[in-house]
Amino acid sequence: MAFLELTGVQKRFGEFAAVHNFDLAADAGEFVSFLGPSGCGKTTTLRMIAGFERPTAGKIVVNGADITDKAPNQRNVGMVFQSYALFPNMTVADNVGFGLKIRKRSKDQIKKRVGELLELIHLPDKASRYPWQLSGGQQQRVALARALAIEPQVLLLDEPLSALDAKIRVSLRNEIRAIQRQLGITTVYVTHDQEEALSLSDRIVVMSEGRVEQIGTPFEIYNFPSTGFVARFVGTLNVLSAKVIDPGAGTLEVAGQPIRAAKPISGGHAGGMITVALRPEIIQLGSRADLNNLSGIVDDVTFLGSIVRVRIKFTDGSGVISFDTFNNPHLAVPDRGTAITVSFPTEACLVLDQAEAAAAAAPEDLDAA
Amino acid sequence: MTNAALPIKAPGAPVARPVRRFGLAWLGMVPFLLFAFLFLVAPTVFLVGGSLQNAKGTFTLENFANLFTPQIMQTYENSLEISIVTAVIGGIFGLLLAYAVISGGLPGILRSALMTFSGVASNFAGVPLAFAFIYTIGRAGLFTVFLKSVGIDLYNSNGFSIYSKIGLEVVYLYFQFPLMVLIIAPAIDGLKKDWREAAENMGASSFQYWRRIALPILMPSLLGTMILLFGNAFGAQATAYALTGGFIDIVTIAISRQMRGDVLFNPNQGYALAMGMVIIMAISIAGYSLLQRRSERWLK
Repeated sequence: MAFLELTGVQKRFGEFAAVHNFDLAADAGEFVSFLGPSGCGKTTTLRMIAGFERPTAGKIVVNGADITDKAPNQRNVGMVFQSYALFPNMTVADNVGFGLKIRKRSKDQIKKRVGELLELIHLPDKASRYPWQLSGGQQQRVALARALAIEPQVLLLDEPLSALDAKIRVSLRNEIRAIQRQLGITTVYVTHDQEEALSLSDRIVVMSEGRVEQIGTPFEIYNFPSTGFVARFVGTLNVLSAKVIDPGAGTLEVAGQPIRAAKPISGGHAGGMITVALRPEIIQLGSRADLNNLSGIVDDVTFLGSIVRVRIKFTDGSGVISFDTFNNPHLAVPDRGTAITVSFPTEACLVLDQAEAAAAAAPEDLDAA
Repeated sequence: MTNAALPIKAPGAPVARPVRRFGLAWLGMVPFLLFAFLFLVAPTVFLVGGSLQNAKGTFTLENFANLFTPQIMQTYENSLEISIVTAVIGGIFGLLLAYAVISGGLPGILRSALMTFSGVASNFAGVPLAFAFIYTIGRAGLFTVFLKSVGIDLYNSNGFSIYSKIGLEVVYLYFQFPLMVLIIAPAIDGLKKDWREAAENMGASSFQYWRRIALPILMPSLLGTMILLFGNAFGAQATAYALTGGFIDIVTIAISRQMRGDVLFNPNQGYALAMGMVIIMAISIAGYSLLQRRSERWLK
């Protein structure tokens, strides 16, 4: 039986449905992320678990107990807020010990627990500081310690790193994951940052417009997106128009060049047009007889730090395709205008249906860039 | 790269000092300096000078010594009492009203209406306010007469009088109360929703949230604003004079009595009385600034 269960949870604000039929079963100690763009309902769902929003319909169960109608102060669910929400009139130690004070623990117990948690977050020397005397990263760690102090059944984190700079985000997210693993606490993490979700989570719930698009491990979500939205939102994508040659054999034609999908093309007919998506990192420079090959002229080379993204224009002018290669100062990248061939496995061709294709062809995709 | 264009310094030649240039940036300070001089420094110097002289213009400390006579001490006592009572009552009820309006989920239109009213009412003082109260709940006021017609004699059976110290406090509250609403509203707005939710998340009840978080955070603003209300009441003169005709002895009326010279005429004593007020007000403003700095740090 799952430790945290959301069954048919819905939330409406007047006529507007913020969350539709949300179902989730998270195991004890699991790290689940809600990933999606702003306004997709992920924070609303989190707030329903915390008790700050009342579901319009559905049930929330933690460790077998229905908490749907319980007040937030009776749920024993810890929450870390996006704004940290540290109490400015209290020191770090008082903030961390606040929940224990409310629970009428003895002074010695509070002192011991606060000390343990400050050690855990590597801030043992900051106990007497006030929140305004701490950096953003330190404040967020204190917020985490405060949420953990009450030994919650479930830990909720609402975009906890969004206000921090890139370097601190990475180090702090690793710390969060390490602490979560150490304590084995069931955690729900809300983020719009796919990299954060992919690197932290045991499972990811991708949401769009209040609906769950896909629930899966980071590997499944990234490599086998079940909808166009997921394919588009998680990672970057090439979206190509392809002519169906033989739907049963999965053979297609892109820019007049034959390629093959790993599975038969369902819903496609010979001569019809479909849309296929390709991750740029799965495409390799050079032709290989056992893989799909596409040729074109190098149109642009973009340096992205650890990788270099190369955009190729098909010679018939029907589109572009981009691929990533690791940045290696000892290897030359192709110059603009050079004729090259790239290859990719048949499994890499994700065939999108028309609705998914329309969603995938959004301006931020590589194809439209 | 070459340094041929750089001037060559002869050995032992004196090091040229950088020329300090005076820009025109200080011109921006002129209005402030002018204001501070005309309305703060000059009157204070004038008061200090006047309070240390007698009628013949010779130096004396007698005016300050007189401040400790029972009659003048009573005057200060009355002013302090009225100011403290109206600051505390106005402060508490103003806070409750402002909280109700901001956090009570009232429609925005009601909030802006109350804020506009507060802005007007907090400036509605002096003679017009005194007469408004006299015509309403004075001895022959409209409301007094109405109450009498329904069997309630406000003045005879209840011992109430608008012309008394309590009456004066009621009238002062009319502008103290809205002033509190105006000043404390931004502080209440500064209470983050997340703090309440975080407290609830830790298991706190609404009472515990107010006791341990909201009130301590608001306290500097609350006390600071009360100090401001205190100063506001302490410096008021026209309302009290128009309402009581000088019957209630407060410092501002005592000063005007010394300056006008209907019965008493000793402007230098008036200056000394004013100096006493300046000192009390300076302490109040220092306290207000101190508390305001703390609350700004918390609420930023």
